Amino acid sequence: MTHVVVDPVTRIEGHLRIEAEVDGGAVKEAWSSCTMFRGIELILEGRDPRDAWAFAQRICGVCTTVHAIASIRAVEHAIGAVPPPNARILRNLIIAAQNVQDHVVHFYHLQALDWVDIVSALSADPAKTSSLAQSISDWPLSSARYFAGVRDRVKAFVERGQLGIFANAYWGHSAYRLPPEANLMAVAHYLEALDWQRRFIKIHAILGGKNPHLQSFLVGGMATPVDPDAQASLNMGTIAALRKLVAEGLDFVTRVYIPDVLAIAPFYKDWFAIGAGVTNFMSYGDFPLDDNPQPELYIPAGIIRNQDLAHIEPVDQAKIVEFVTHSWYDYSVGDGEGLNPYKGETHPNYTGPKPPYDRLHTDQKYSWLKSPRYDGVPMQVGPLARMLVAYASGRPARVKELVDKALTQLGAPATALFSTLGRIAARAIESQVLVESMGMYVEALAENMARRDYRIQDTSRWDPGSWPKDCFGAGFHEAPRGSLGHWVHIKDGRIAKYQCVVPSTWNAGPRDAKGQSGPYEAALVGTPVAKPEQPLEILRTVHSFDPCMACGVHVVDATRRELARVRVS
Amino acid sequence: MAHTRLMRELQRQGVSRREFLTFCASMATVLGLPEGSAAAIAKAVENEKRPILVWLEFQDCAGNTESFLRASHPTVADLVLDTISLNYHETLMAAAGAQAEGVLDETVKQNKGNYIALVEGSIPGDADSGYCCIGGRSALDIAREVCGNAAATIAVGTCATFGGIPAARPNPTRALSVADAVPGVRNLINMSACPANAENITALIVYYLTLKQWPPLDRYRRPLFAYGKSIHDGCERRAHFDAGQYVESWGDEAHRHGHCLYKMGCKGPATSQNCPNVGWNEHTNWPIGCGHPCIGCAEPNFWDVMTPFYQKLPDVAGVNTDRWLDTVGVGLTGAVAAGVVVHGIGEVMRRGRGRLVVEEKPAAGKGTGEQAGAKK
Repeated sequence: MTHVVVDPVTRIEGHLRIEAEVDGGAVKEAWSSCTMFRGIELILEGRDPRDAWAFAQRICGVCTTVHAIASIRAVEHAIGAVPPPNARILRNLIIAAQNVQDHVVHFYHLQALDWVDIVSALSADPAKTSSLAQSISDWPLSSARYFAGVRDRVKAFVERGQLGIFANAYWGHSAYRLPPEANLMAVAHYLEALDWQRRFIKIHAILGGKNPHLQSFLVGGMATPVDPDAQASLNMGTIAALRKLVAEGLDFVTRVYIPDVLAIAPFYKDWFAIGAGVTNFMSYGDFPLDDNPQPELYIPAGIIRNQDLAHIEPVDQAKIVEFVTHSWYDYSVGDGEGLNPYKGETHPNYTGPKPPYDRLHTDQKYSWLKSPRYDGVPMQVGPLARMLVAYASGRPARVKELVDKALTQLGAPATALFSTLGRIAARAIESQVLVESMGMYVEALAENMARRDYRIQDTSRWDPGSWPKDCFGAGFHEAPRGSLGHWVHIKDGRIAKYQCVVPSTWNAGPRDAKGQSGPYEAALVGTPVAKPEQPLEILRTVHSFDPCMACGVHVVDATRRELARVRVS
Repeated sequence: MAHTRLMRELQRQGVSRREFLTFCASMATVLGLPEGSAAAIAKAVENEKRPILVWLEFQDCAGNTESFLRASHPTVADLVLDTISLNYHETLMAAAGAQAEGVLDETVKQNKGNYIALVEGSIPGDADSGYCCIGGRSALDIAREVCGNAAATIAVGTCATFGGIPAARPNPTRALSVADAVPGVRNLINMSACPANAENITALIVYYLTLKQWPPLDRYRRPLFAYGKSIHDGCERRAHFDAGQYVESWGDEAHRHGHCLYKMGCKGPATSQNCPNVGWNEHTNWPIGCGHPCIGCAEPNFWDVMTPFYQKLPDVAGVNTDRWLDTVGVGLTGAVAAGVVVHGIGEVMRRGRGRLVVEEKPAAGKGTGEQAGAKK
């Protein structure tokens, strides 16, 4: 039995540590630990609820819109504000752009190097690479000369002897299986995606002033005025720019991202049977298509238990509880109980080893993440959960079409989706579904402009005097990494309590009171490890969830305990 | 000019010499360098030996990393980054775990005093607290070793610069800025804002490569080329402030026509940064441009002193109210003349000793604040 520690897990957001027992070439047991804590929910207490989105947004700069969205929805729910149609449409556009951009960056810049060997790409034949690229897509950057240029550029980089971010990695590891040509094609697309993400995200700059950390959100709506006849508003010039950027996004996803996933997957087909882990899935649903109190959602909500796609349960937030049995917090009710976020409490209490340390006390508390459970069981959240719920629900129809097409092309059964590679494929399919839907929102915005509908915010609920004195609200959102919920208690116009239950908490959390593992820990069991000192395969399974640790950590403190003296400058 | 390897690489990517020089010229503009500096920048960027850089992430959200990835002039920017050897960056590097830590160790040991450290995120003041550990080591321990042995340290974003959101009341983790966590750190440059603008990060690196020195800094150790002027002074809506034309309600006619957001809580008058000039995401837009007030994200303790975000400035806790009422208060009734008064009194509204003060415009030639020093 070899004890393997991967810390830091790189190519993620935040600070994640994996400890694993490896025996007979595979993981027998694994522990997932988040090693950073800030306490943003504690910082939110006592503040103006209209400011909360900006604070919560700083939970994460990678999925930079998601906590702002969940926050404004929670506060709106509490105070009874109703965003007008323009705001709903703008939010849908922003959410879709975030998901698509995030998924592409995850595939090429955070995940790809687990499957793509850059050093092998140096020996690729550009002509063969060109044939390969042209056989899978009509993307124009595919000539032999183009790939020769990329190869020579990487070669020159390597020959200079300063490998920078590519130094000391696992190049040449036996788990890399792509031929040199596929590696070279992927390296070229790694570089192209770096340029693409920067252009595509201009959608956020147009609608939010900047990215990261867009600055156009408002409780009750959005701050971006809409008026086809005004220079300082979103107008027809904006519509034209959005159409172009959406078309470019669609182009890249359709002609590069999807073909790459379908080209790389056949070399790693065994990974369709590795990394299933937790077999329950949850989606809160998102993208409201109308302005009714219970709107139709483009991506549907639902719970799937034990991989049973024949039964979709509705989601009931009352069934969500969080445990701190193995987390560095204390509960007033004791460590054996779970608490619903409305009643959530968190008192940080680090009881881990004194740094520097080699091992965590994995039999005790070992993470800054809590363990959320739905109806007592762990849930896997994220693109795979959403695509499964959509697939099983039959809507949007495009999901079933794309999933079936991919499975047919790969010659894989539907059960192959419950795997490390399944999560990667689902993320790509979701990108396609969402980028295709974006045009619908752009045109809806244009139609509202034609009607001279200038409403962007529910002005009737801006003044705190219009709010109930004591109110509660919950805001739900499907972030790139999965189901996100914020819960807020507002009293006398101020935040009395704030709580987030975040995708990476669902997926990366530690064991609960019953000893049930979270999705990372469960998925790692059985993951092969050829060389324990080079844990490439562990990275594959962990990266397939797209970890976002800063998001996962949260705290709310009912008693507004001052944990440290405030420094006065 | 000789055809360097860089130019060959540029040409391979379809970037012409002319485009490259245009990029260098635009960098010179961002930096406020005199005419003719573009050639010097081009020469520096083409230098074969790449300085080593390590990027540390502590109590962060990776927002500055994401911002860095948005640096404009894509193809050329890639190469500018190629000009630097980015040896360690958790979000981007291929190696993980022991292999990643090995790279950092080796870089620090073999290049003592000769590499640049960038820091994103605040640092818990108590090393034993467990609030931020990487590879089993505390953030404080890592920061002191890596920044302590660097030629220079660049704090990127408001968390590393001033403590940022983790240090906001009640600062549950006793989060510190780099300056406070690593006392006496050499050549510290603070690139505040939430996140720091990619254009400014790139400009700082090019400045150093070109002029072989660090730029003059303001009292918060921020480069004057990016933080030397208030948002308010460069704002495209300034004329509406001077004319007393204000947005009163979200989506009203004034809002749709781009009038001043002061009454909606804009902190532009109290914030120093070049957002109005360089914009965000390749000049696509900026927060005020999209209709939302500035939240003052480049200033110390902005989460506490600039909130509530939607209250207009004189009502914000920590602001020197008397001075504000003397100037801005008149501005609200007296329009143009008072706006000029505000402008004339202080170039920049800055916070000091826990509250905002009006600072006199520095005399020409003297510069403000400390110099990071020209030594490498």
